[in-house]
Amino acid sequence: MRKFEINTVRKDFPLLERTIYGKRLVYFDNGATAQKPQIVIDRIQQYYSSENANIHRGVHHLSQVGTDLYEEARKTIQSFLNAKHEEEIIMTKGTTDSINLVAFGYSKLLKAGDEVLITEMEHHSNIVPWQMACEYSGATCRYIPLNGKGELDLSNIDELINSKTKILAVTHVSNSLGTINPIEMLIEKAHAVGAKVLIDGAQSLQHFKVDVQQLDADFYVFSGHKLFGPTGTGVLYGKKEALEQLPPYQGGGDMIKEVKMSGTTYNELPHKFEAGTPNIAGGIALKTAIDYFTEFDLSELEAHEKELLEYAETKLKALPGVRIIGTSENKVSVLSFVVEGAHHFDVGTLLDKQGVAVRTGHHCTQPVMDYFGINGTVRASFAFYNTKEEVDIFIGALERALNMLG
Amino acid sequence: MRIEEIENEIIDEFAIYDDWMDKYEYIIELGKDLSLIKEENKTDDKLIKGCQSRVWLDSEKDGEILNFYADSDAIITKGIISLLLRVFSGQKPEDIAKSDLRFIKEIGLQEHLSPTRANGLLSMVKQIKLLALQNVAA
Repeated sequence: MRKFEINTVRKDFPLLERTIYGKRLVYFDNGATAQKPQIVIDRIQQYYSSENANIHRGVHHLSQVGTDLYEEARKTIQSFLNAKHEEEIIMTKGTTDSINLVAFGYSKLLKAGDEVLITEMEHHSNIVPWQMACEYSGATCRYIPLNGKGELDLSNIDELINSKTKILAVTHVSNSLGTINPIEMLIEKAHAVGAKVLIDGAQSLQHFKVDVQQLDADFYVFSGHKLFGPTGTGVLYGKKEALEQLPPYQGGGDMIKEVKMSGTTYNELPHKFEAGTPNIAGGIALKTAIDYFTEFDLSELEAHEKELLEYAETKLKALPGVRIIGTSENKVSVLSFVVEGAHHFDVGTLLDKQGVAVRTGHHCTQPVMDYFGINGTVRASFAFYNTKEEVDIFIGALERALNMLG
Repeated sequence: MRIEEIENEIIDEFAIYDDWMDKYEYIIELGKDLSLIKEENKTDDKLIKGCQSRVWLDSEKDGEILNFYADSDAIITKGIISLLLRVFSGQKPEDIAKSDLRFIKEIGLQEHLSPTRANGLLSMVKQIKLLALQNVAA
């Protein structure tokens, strides 16, 4: 186990050293994507410099080396999530791809009268695929509403989760609010009526430990790039029986057992859902990212991020006209806010010109913005490599921006 | 003044700023000073939806020239709009259609007209060009 020491940790991430418009970069857009440690970057280079070949079915040396490396990545992900079986790990392009895979399958399994349950705080990528599945199948899409703190309003949950519910798709952590949802309870309630559950883990695994067996979720999905790995990598974890129930998503090479002009039989898990040449370098480097991340005691990183969040929140609240959106006691290090009389686009532009990278807008959660009656927020999202000193720079830059806009 | 002359004038005005924040301070002042479109005219048919900020655009033909009125909910967008309208409004349709908006690049604001910026400005420029072309044809 590696001791968490902020100054040495920062040196692992080359991009954190750079300047923007001559100012030192303060990167607070980790909710959108995280920076990559040098070893992840090196791993991609090493693959293409000395290991590149197409995987699976190859008889030559490099193809077997690549296959082994890629399948080792799957094992690492399995152990990271504590999945029961290796074949329960499907490699995808990312969270969106994973959700679409499952929702496409459900569009074939659902029928009129069935209900899909989502929530008002979902990212668009956990709304639209389900609306499409309902459109194709005739099922009804319902949602768990929000409350003023940006949490799920569970007052009507026993009516929303009912015998018609076939699948509940809910985010573990809200990307625009930071709220951590009580998914254990929701999974239990859904299972009690025989519904399956998909958890969107895009914003959770980089902040705390997840054990899919303990959670008992049927599907758990995440993206590699928010977990310090390459873009274009992601995972769909699914319980074996839940995955076997789903029809294949894309057809092509690797996902077949036998192809005849009269018809095709499909491959076993996980290959049934992995058509075509995958992102081999990405998958292998994702393993490197997970190995890097799990070297640390995650509770140490969590404590550091919590400290950052509290520090930033206190400073932010002291500024006039600032209103924090998402005030649950149970949240990750995401700080979404609006400022009276200042448009989020203006604030974001002026922060950028001072070297501070934040995200502005609706964060692909328009229903959340509608609920709060706003067009968008400014969102600062922290990673374990961020510092209090950076929070000070951010607050100073924000004060200057607000003075200019006021 | 011709479009090109106005553009040169704006380029000169911005030449004194070598710091980004000073440049934006000026843009914000431009945005604050100008009331560009009447509140009752900010109707949905004049709305250009950007992902980040919203822009309203109205136009009228006055003899040989086109006049534009526009506004935005974001002050920086509004400041840039005031520059665009200073260049385009009151010009002949054929001159508007021909313009390549050289000054935007010269003063370092091209990022605001990139398709990925999604602040409504690029769509506004396209709409202005389209209106100009329609009037050239007519």
